[in-house]
Amino acid sequence: MSSYPYRIKSFGTKALLLEWPKNISPGLIREISAFGDFLIKNYLNQPKWEALPIYHSLTLISPEKEPDLAAVAEQINTAWQAFAGHKQKSGREWVLPVCYEGDFALDLEEVSNRLKLSPAELIALHCSVSYPVYGIGFLPGFVYLGGVPEALVLPRRESPRLRVPAGSVGLAGVQTGIYPQQSPGGWNIIGNCPIPLFDAQREPPCFIQIGDTVRFRAVSAAEHELHRIEGQVGIYDFSKRIAHDADK
Amino acid sequence: MMRISKPGFMTSVQDLGRVGYRHYGVPVSGACDSIAAKRVNALLENSSSDAVLECTMFGPEINFEADTFLAISGADMQAFLNDEKLEMNKVYAVNEGSTLSCGNIEKGLRAYIGIRGGIHTPEVLGSRSFYFPVTEKGQLAKGDGLAFDPSTQYEPKVLKISSSDLYREIDLTAYPGPEFEILSEASRKQLLESPFTISKDFDRMACRLAETLDPHSHKLITSATLPGSVQYTPAGQVMVLTRDGQTTGGYPRILQLDERSLCILAQKRAGDTIRFNFRENSLSN
Repeated sequence: MSSYPYRIKSFGTKALLLEWPKNISPGLIREISAFGDFLIKNYLNQPKWEALPIYHSLTLISPEKEPDLAAVAEQINTAWQAFAGHKQKSGREWVLPVCYEGDFALDLEEVSNRLKLSPAELIALHCSVSYPVYGIGFLPGFVYLGGVPEALVLPRRESPRLRVPAGSVGLAGVQTGIYPQQSPGGWNIIGNCPIPLFDAQREPPCFIQIGDTVRFRAVSAAEHELHRIEGQVGIYDFSKRIAHDADK
Repeated sequence: MMRISKPGFMTSVQDLGRVGYRHYGVPVSGACDSIAAKRVNALLENSSSDAVLECTMFGPEINFEADTFLAISGADMQAFLNDEKLEMNKVYAVNEGSTLSCGNIEKGLRAYIGIRGGIHTPEVLGSRSFYFPVTEKGQLAKGDGLAFDPSTQYEPKVLKISSSDLYREIDLTAYPGPEFEILSEASRKQLLESPFTISKDFDRMACRLAETLDPHSHKLITSATLPGSVQYTPAGQVMVLTRDGQTTGGYPRILQLDERSLCILAQKRAGDTIRFNFRENSLSN
């Protein structure tokens, strides 16, 4: 299988795991995600499999109890030969408001001290980058954002919190992300985003996709409250804030 | 309507799960013991994916506001329909105004109450399985009403089926997980040859085993996890992800259970023993 850029592993009786080399990049995750879509559309559709792309892997899950995994592995390799790569459609850039003040920023002071930055410098750095989406997982609508500036890289908290409030914006290693619901969690919390990232009544339930990027914009507590209400009733206006950027 | 007058310890509506939304981070959910949920639906000649009530530890009290038929399967649960003591795995006619009073669950942990035609709570993302906050609630509370289509004209083909022996089993069929090869020889031997004890940390998301393996420092880039994935934390803890388990994780996945073994596990309690019965996959890694 050395002629393929991925390695196929079995994952129990009804799933296969494809792993690419660990060279994480926005281009690679787009390629993996597009290959997953291509496979489901053209090969693994009767019955329809599920594809879960994240970072450097693609997990394919059968709806059947005991699919012939060896035969499917061969199909995947055939599909790879036919796969023309991901189309260079431009990803969307979502600009999300974050309030880095008061009770929203549980660990901001501690994190600033550890990184030897002022809170203002930390916020400016966090807002300076467009973060690529590397996958959605952990919780409904939890978006893994990579590419955190080196000056902001620090480990998770030593003891995780039992309850991280919904909307909390966290830092962990080279990752940043937003807790879509209250949950236990070990990331360093530096702010809060008032826009709900997941809505089970919508199709798809998550508006951010792999291939998109996310940029943060610092807002006051008052503006946070305004956007929270807009988000709740579904009138938060993204349209003005989406930059249709070129393929990065 | 079925009106919940006492919710029991932890009662929820479950079908066979929410398929097709894992890439948005939505767990599959569904009946922990899918075999029991299918048995109760088969008895009522329902579709296998019809929604049933999953009862844990001890069951609810329910008032029926319309006629229907019910059956209970899974672990043994004490239950009375008005004054009549109910047997497991048997179909009963329920008249409007009747009360189903459930008690302790024995010889297992989870019992399933099915009604003719299934429970008609709203479907969210293609499933009725409770999972908060995808659904409004994670478990039933006093006063909740559950819709169903009343049924009077029904003659069951089979009135009663035998109990399942599943709950006496302790061997969980386990295939190698993607990171199986990171196990040291001692840990591999312990994992595959020693019995393990169910700890108190056991819910619809995960089941932690009491015994630990050697600590390790193997780092994993976040990747997919499935119900039945056995995770290995750096401290050496062994966690089996169950139906509401997270869709991705960063711990090595050392084993993968099959569907039947997830059902056996779903009926275990804290202190019970399990063993992993290792099987190689047909696909060589």
